Amino acid sequence: MSKRDRLSGNEAVSVAMRQINPDVVAAFPITPSTEVPQYFASFVANGMVDTEFVPVESEHSAMSACIGAQAAGARTMTATSANGLALMWEMLYIAASSKLPITLAAVNRALSGPININNDHSDTMGARDSGWIQIYGENNQEAYDNFIQAVRIGEHPDVMLPVMDCYDGFITSHAVENIELLDDDAVKKFVGEYNPGESLLNRKNPISVGPLDTVTHYFEHKRIQAEAMKNAKQVILDVAEEFEKLTGRKYGLFEEYMMDDAEVAIVIINSTAGTAKETIKGLRAKGIKAGLIKIRVFRPFPVEEIAKALSKVKAVAIMDKCDGFNAAGGPLFNEVTSALYGRADGIKAINYIYGLGGRDVSVQDIATVYDRLLDIVNTGNIGEVYNYLGVRE
Amino acid sequence: MMETIFERPKALADVPFHYCPGCTHGIVHRLIAEVIDELGIEGDTIGVAPVGCAVFAYNYFNCDMQEAAHGRAPAVATGIKRANPENIIFTYQGDGDLAAIGTAETVHAATRSENITIIFLNNAIYGMTGGQMAPTSLVGQVTQTTPYGRKVEMQGYPIRMSEMLATLEGSSFIKRCSVDSIKNINDTRASIKKAFQCQIDKKGFSMVEVLSTCPTNWGLSPAESMDWLRDNMMPYYPLGVYKDVTGGDR
Ligand SMILES: Cc1ncc(C[n+]2csc(CCOP(=O)(O)OP(=O)(O)O)c2C)c(N)n1
Ligand code: SF4
Repeated sequence: MSKRDRLSGNEAVSVAMRQINPDVVAAFPITPSTEVPQYFASFVANGMVDTEFVPVESEHSAMSACIGAQAAGARTMTATSANGLALMWEMLYIAASSKLPITLAAVNRALSGPININNDHSDTMGARDSGWIQIYGENNQEAYDNFIQAVRIGEHPDVMLPVMDCYDGFITSHAVENIELLDDDAVKKFVGEYNPGESLLNRKNPISVGPLDTVTHYFEHKRIQAEAMKNAKQVILDVAEEFEKLTGRKYGLFEEYMMDDAEVAIVIINSTAGTAKETIKGLRAKGIKAGLIKIRVFRPFPVEEIAKALSKVKAVAIMDKCDGFNAAGGPLFNEVTSALYGRADGIKAINYIYGLGGRDVSVQDIATVYDRLLDIVNTGNIGEVYNYLGVRE
Repeated sequence: MMETIFERPKALADVPFHYCPGCTHGIVHRLIAEVIDELGIEGDTIGVAPVGCAVFAYNYFNCDMQEAAHGRAPAVATGIKRANPENIIFTYQGDGDLAAIGTAETVHAATRSENITIIFLNNAIYGMTGGQMAPTSLVGQVTQTTPYGRKVEMQGYPIRMSEMLATLEGSSFIKRCSVDSIKNINDTRASIKKAFQCQIDKKGFSMVEVLSTCPTNWGLSPAESMDWLRDNMMPYYPLGVYKDVTGGDR
């Protein structure tokens, strides 16, 4: 059974948190994720959950408290954005390497500096190599659904990694949309109890968490961590299948929109996928074979699957809402082109950096990207690879 | 001849404040600007703006300003001062900035007796993010993260920064003031001046804590907010000088 409602993305995620009823939530406010712990604090105060809620003094402490709690055997959650995520940096790596499946609502906001509160992906993209699983969502429904699935994915014995549920600040976090919520009981049943194989304060099996790993073990430790990330791909698909049985909503590693016969495509993350779908409808009406791939799972990166999905297009534009500052392109561009290498060679790929610091991107803006792709197909001339959309030069 | 009895301080920019009606941030900005004028240090002063409602402080002072990340102002000010020891460096910080995320920077700037001046606005709440509990929120105070009031068992006790910093050997001048009345506003101005003078005389770390209001997030009118400050904040955060060693050698 499910219930229709109208909620903002942050409200929806806080409802998911309430339905999950975690053991510990430790958080520090930062726009635009503040509402998640704030709504949750009211659920705690109203006795709707029996979570320990700790309003700590910084994000560094928030993630540290989450690490302590999760290591002690508690199911633990938090939320943050931008500089808050940056301040967690040190602890992100420690959470991942200590096999602590913490769930984090990462509400995407441009990272300082300059200081800015609007949406882009520079915060979570910066944390892409911290060892966390990263799942992105286009709208409120996906933010909610991904959050619930994140718990199961992270806590799977083959994985045991922390998970970020990433969605766009303001656009998704604050806009109110129709949403289908699961029953509280269904969510509780879906996520089940958290029973880590090992945790602190288990008298029969005393352990140390996070001890020094010198030259003799550090490398093997990292190797195990890498394997867990590889395992995550199948677990994400299995959890999605189970979730589909429950809700009818289908999730994979990415969404393919009008890709069956697409000749030109873009690859994009989060809410702007919605804008791009509108562009595609217009292009299709004119007979242009345009398609789109919306990345859901960025870590682990679905290398083979992306290469296969793009193998039949003639030209692709990879859209980054975050610059790479490597003088070559954005992070998604680098991932997708390296996925294509040796698997789907010869596809003409270009990169667009768009929407930094909340710069609006319209259906027409995306149309200019498809125009460019069509031009590449017609002329065979790829031109500039590393491009910017909607910036004053 | 007409006599000018009231004018905008020169150190205060001629632009409207973005603060909510009745917010005391504006009063304190003006007092700092008056002191800068009185001491004639506008060209020598560099301010450090916080993250918090005063994030736009750089728009309001006519001196050079640098924006710090949330809580890092005392460390940024330390860097500026060490590079330019002859300049007058002040930070302007809220209680979230100074007493939560930036506590370490505050404490260690004081222990090192950095010759800087901190103007600390204590409004017992995180204003900018919409009214969550701050470490300075009072027991029983209703905030967005403590909807039934701050409870000692769950969120602990409010932190008294002036008292704490006064215990540090490195601090030189620490005073808590308020801007709830004309008398206290005048005293705040005099205290800010003394703190800047402490720095000019190379006497080391100075801080003026100013009890302030946040009518918007306290859910009170500006007038009620002043009453709330007097009735609730002043008993827990008594006004007065907590440290003054500016008379001796430093
Ligand atoms: C690393 C980081 N974490 C969180 C925030 C979000 N944030 C902005 S202002 C603020 C609180 C400000 O409160 P306070 O310092 O008391 O100033 P006020 O707004 O009340 O004047 C917070 C938590 C941030 N900007 N950076
Ligand atoms: S939110 Fe509070 S502190 Fe911020 S400007 Fe408004 S009244 Fe002042």
